[in-house]
Amino acid sequence: MLAFTLRRAVQAIGVMIAVGIISFSMFRFAGDPVNQMVGMDTSGAERAAIRQSLGLDDPVIVQFGRYIGNAAQFKFGVSYQFRLPVTNLLMERMPATLELAIVASIFAMISGILMGVYSALRRDSWLAHVFQAVSLIGISLPTFLIGVLMIYLFSVTLGWLPSFGRGDVVHIGWWATGLLTLSGLKALIMPAITLGLFQMTLIMRLVRAEMLEVLRTDYIRFARARGLTTRAIHFGHALRNTLVPVITVAGLQFGSVIAFAIITETVFQWPGMGLLFVQAVQNVDIPIMAAYLMMVSLIFVTINLVVDILYTIVDPRLRSTVSRAH
Amino acid sequence: MTEPVLSVRNLQVEFASRRGTLRAIDGVSFDIAKGEVLGVVGESGAGKSVTGLSVIGLIDPPGRIAGGEIRLAGLRIDNLPPEEMRRVRGKRIGMIFQDPLTSLNPLYKVGDQVVETIRTHLNLSETAARRRAIDLLAEVGIPAPEKRIDGYPHEFSGGMRQRVVIALAICAEPELIIADEPTTALDVSVQAQIISLIKRLGRDHGTAVMLVTHDMGVIAETSDRVAVMYAGRVAEIGPVQDVVRNPLHPYAKGLMGAIPTLAGEDKRLVQIPGSMPRLSAIPRGCAFNPRCASAFDRCRVERPEPLSRGTQSVACHLYDAAPAETAA
Repeated sequence: MLAFTLRRAVQAIGVMIAVGIISFSMFRFAGDPVNQMVGMDTSGAERAAIRQSLGLDDPVIVQFGRYIGNAAQFKFGVSYQFRLPVTNLLMERMPATLELAIVASIFAMISGILMGVYSALRRDSWLAHVFQAVSLIGISLPTFLIGVLMIYLFSVTLGWLPSFGRGDVVHIGWWATGLLTLSGLKALIMPAITLGLFQMTLIMRLVRAEMLEVLRTDYIRFARARGLTTRAIHFGHALRNTLVPVITVAGLQFGSVIAFAIITETVFQWPGMGLLFVQAVQNVDIPIMAAYLMMVSLIFVTINLVVDILYTIVDPRLRSTVSRAH
Repeated sequence: MTEPVLSVRNLQVEFASRRGTLRAIDGVSFDIAKGEVLGVVGESGAGKSVTGLSVIGLIDPPGRIAGGEIRLAGLRIDNLPPEEMRRVRGKRIGMIFQDPLTSLNPLYKVGDQVVETIRTHLNLSETAARRRAIDLLAEVGIPAPEKRIDGYPHEFSGGMRQRVVIALAICAEPELIIADEPTTALDVSVQAQIISLIKRLGRDHGTAVMLVTHDMGVIAETSDRVAVMYAGRVAEIGPVQDVVRNPLHPYAKGLMGAIPTLAGEDKRLVQIPGSMPRLSAIPRGCAFNPRCASAFDRCRVERPEPLSRGTQSVACHLYDAAPAETAA
C-alpha cells in the first residue's frame, strides 16, 4: 500500500516536471521578457544589465533548472503588471477559487447522485424524463450563457442576488473566506450553480447509466433472491457499486472545475485565480500565466493521486491486487 | 398423503416481445415433496431456469406468469403482493445461481452478506446473527469459518464461493431450495463436493430441492425424481432410476442415449438430430415432432397431454390408447 502510494507520487512528480517544461517554454516563446519590462527609451547597456541580473544569458538548461528549483519552493517570479511576487498574488486569490470550486463540486455531487439514482430507479416517471431533459441542457449550454441568464433573472429582474463579486469576507489567518457572511453566501450561490451545472449533469448521467448496469448484475439478482428489502438492495448494494466509477470522474472533474472557473469567475467578476489569469493573458503577464499553469496542474495531479488511493478504500479487490503487486 | 412442499399446476410464462408474445413455459405441472430432490433437465432454452425463477417470483419484465398456479406448502405464491413475496424469498425459498463468481457483491465481506440476510429474515441481534453465520459457513464446509467470515468474495475460490452462496440460501432454514445449474461453472472435482453438500443439506433439514441442470450425471447422482423439459413443457417426469433406465418419451430416450458410458466401445456419441425450436417458431402439435423418429400424423396436429404410465408421466401420443406399443 505504501509502495503503491510512493510509486504514484513519483509518477506525479514526473508529470509536474513535464508541465514545468511547458510552462518554462512560455517565457521563451512569448517574446523577450526584457522588452516587456523596460520602457522604449531604455539603453542597450541597461537592457543587458537587466538581462544579466535575470540570468537570461545562462544556458537554457541552467535557466530551466533554476526555474524548476524555484517553482518547487513556490517561487514564480514577479508579476510584470503588479510588480509583486506571483506567489503572493496567487495565494491571495486562491481561497476564492477553491471555495467556489469546492461548493460547486459538492452541489454537483449531491444533486447529480440524487438525480441519477432517482432516474435509474424510476426510469419511466415524468420526473426522470425532466431530469434527462435538464441534463441535456446542462451539457449543451455553455457555462457563461447560463451565468448571464441567471444574472439577468435573479439580479437584474428579481434583485435577489448580487450580480458580481464575493460579498464580505472574513479572514482566518491568511485565508479569506466568504462562507461565514450572509453576503458572501448569497454571492456564492449563482457562481457555484453555474460552475457546477455541467459536472452535475455529467455525474447524473454517469450514476444513472452505472446504476442501471449494476441493477442487471447477478449479485443484485441474488440479493433479490435472498429476500433483501428493495431499500437495502438499491442503496446498500447497488449504490455502493455504482460509486466506484463516480468517484473517479467526480475527482478528475474537480480539476476541470478549477480550470473552468476561469469563465465563471470572469462572468461574475469573482476575485479568484481564474480572473487573475484572464487579466494576465490580456496584459501578457507571463509569470502569472506560467505559475497558474503549474498550480492547476499540481491540483490535477494531486487529485489524481487522491482518487487512486480512494479507489482502494472503496473497492477491497484493489487493496489486495495493490499489495500483491510488490 | 402429505401436502407437497411445492406444487406447480399448469404454469404458463410469457414474454412480450416486439414480434408478439412468446410463451416460454406452457402448461408445466409438478410437485416436490418434503426432503425430495427433483431434477429438472433439458437443453438450453427448454424453460428450466424460467420455471425456477417463476417459483421464486424473480422473472424480469417483459416476462410474466400468464396462467396456472404455484403453491408453497398450500399457500398460493404466484400472485402474492411484492412485499409479501419478498418475505418468502430467502426465508421459505432459497436460491442458488449458476455462477458463484458473480453471485456475491464484491464490495462486501462474505460475513456481512450472510449476516445481512439472516437479519432480514430472522429476528436476531448482530452478534447472534454473526454466530449463526459462522455456524452456517462451518456447515457448508468452509474451513476456519470464524476467520473466513471477514474475507471478501475475491479471496475465495469458485467452489468456496458456491459454498457461501449455499450458506446464504439456507440461512433462514427454507422449505425449498432452487438450485439453478449450481455446478456448471465449477471444476468437475468441486462439482461432486457441491452436489453431495446440497444432497446432505436436503437430507439433514428435510428441505425440498429443485435442481435445474443440463447434466444428466448430476441428476442421476442427486435426484429422487426427474422432470425432462422440452420447449417449455414437461415431456416426461418420474423416479430417476425409472426415467434413466427406461425412458418413455422419444426425447428422453434420445437424452439418455446421449450419455456416454465409461465402458463405452469406441463409437460416436448418439445425438438427437436437429435442434430445439425457437420460442417464436414452436411447431404445431407436439413440439418435438420434427426431430422425432417415431412421429406420426397425430403428432403434427394435436398436442399430447401428460399420461400416467406406472410411476412415470409422459406427454407423448405413442402411449395414448396403445398400451401394447410401450416398447416401441
